[in-house]
Amino acid sequence: MIEFRSVTKTYPDGTHAVADFDLVIPPHKTTVLVGSSGCGKTTLLRMINRMVDPTSGVIEIDGEPIQDRDAVKLRRSIGYVLQNGGLLPHHRVVDNVTTVLRLEGTSRRTARDRALELLDTVGLDRAIAERYPGQLSGGQQQRVGVARALAADPNILLMDEPFGAVDPIVRAELQTETLRLQQELNKTVVFVTHDVDEAFLLGDQVVILEKGAQVAQIGSPSEIIENPADEFVASFIGAERGARALHTKQTGRGTVLVDAGGRTQGVLVDSPGPEAPA
Amino acid sequence: MDLFAEAIAWIFSPERQTGSLPLSEAIWTHLAFTFVSVVVAAAIAVPLGWLIGHTGRGREVAVALSGAARAVPSFGLVLLLVLVLGVTHKVGAATTAFVLLAIPPVLAGAYSGVEAVDRRVVDGARSVGMTPTQVLRKVEVPLGLPLLIGGLRSATLQVVATVTLAGYVGSWGLGFYIVQGIQIRDFAQILGAALVIVVLAVVLDALFAVLERLVVPAGVSAGRARDT
Repeated sequence: MIEFRSVTKTYPDGTHAVADFDLVIPPHKTTVLVGSSGCGKTTLLRMINRMVDPTSGVIEIDGEPIQDRDAVKLRRSIGYVLQNGGLLPHHRVVDNVTTVLRLEGTSRRTARDRALELLDTVGLDRAIAERYPGQLSGGQQQRVGVARALAADPNILLMDEPFGAVDPIVRAELQTETLRLQQELNKTVVFVTHDVDEAFLLGDQVVILEKGAQVAQIGSPSEIIENPADEFVASFIGAERGARALHTKQTGRGTVLVDAGGRTQGVLVDSPGPEAPA
Repeated sequence: MDLFAEAIAWIFSPERQTGSLPLSEAIWTHLAFTFVSVVVAAAIAVPLGWLIGHTGRGREVAVALSGAARAVPSFGLVLLLVLVLGVTHKVGAATTAFVLLAIPPVLAGAYSGVEAVDRRVVDGARSVGMTPTQVLRKVEVPLGLPLLIGGLRSATLQVVATVTLAGYVGSWGLGFYIVQGIQIRDFAQILGAALVIVVLAVVLDALFAVLERLVVPAGVSAGRARDT
């Protein structure tokens, strides 16, 4: 569990990136911080591994304040996936994945075996282990970034707009992979994005942020869509337009749901089937 | 053209192998001055440049000092240092002047190499838990090496040309022939010695050009794949 208590970050020029922020991030769930750019969501994420230190307030991981922990050791114990992969361009894929393990003194042999396993886990061919990041596609680099973050088997995985720089098709593919991985690995994931659809797809808990990291609403995707807290949330998630504004239409074979664009999105049935997700 | 022919003839004359200062000895002394000066300058400026590039502190001071140092006339500096350090320390005085001349380009190469590393790569290295020293050693230094070599390259070229001034304060290096040539109005000797210096400069430059390519880390030079 990660807990923010009255966390404030003020930069020397007086701007409040984060003001009096409270949040509980439950373990083994995916929490998505979503908001427009400049709302402070990345700052919040980077506070968890002490890439940014708060001006005041406390952040605890499993009840222990991280301020008391050595920043370097803390970072090694937390997986971090950056937007562009953040891979070392002069190291081969395998060496990028083993970075943390090697820093922690794992033998080359063991680290290498682990790296190859991880390439399997993230759905990459082992043959790319000897390549350099520059020789990979954007999607492949992102997967290597995820493999690197998972290498030391951390409990917490931080993902900072990891799919922001890839095209929509690859993004959809990576999102599906993330869901699959999360089912397999059961990590505490904190995910930052500006894409509300991505937030609703991946998040167990979604935190919608306004400027200055003010929480507009916290809840499951269903709770937020069914009951937006205010006008800001409603307009931010687009509850009354596009693909989310559905109306019914009677047809010869029953009732269907049609979106604002006039496209039929699905069929209305009486109750969720036994296998429908909760 | 006649003068050129005479200059070439001067270089290859058998007399160059003998006399008070054989040509081969002058070349070696010239190169030794260059080498020692650049190595000493590197020993001072490289760690300092890495520190400036890594911390981002002191950059303005370094830029200002480098700029000012470039404006110092090297001839004046050599003579001044000989006066200050005394005529018994001519070698030290001359070398000190060349070191001071070599420091700015080496310093600039070292810090700009570190600064030129993509901030996102450095951020990635920090966020997976590298200590500042590890970031410098494993990321910033190897990726910044080509620019550092570039700095050493321009320092070496400046010094190899300026070591000529050592001929004014002692009978060392190829500059001696030029100084002597001016005194005895032997233009073939002046041009001949100058040509040898030019050849040295071109050869050193070519060596550094090769080295600059060699130090580009694998992976950075590797071809970019299609971006999907």
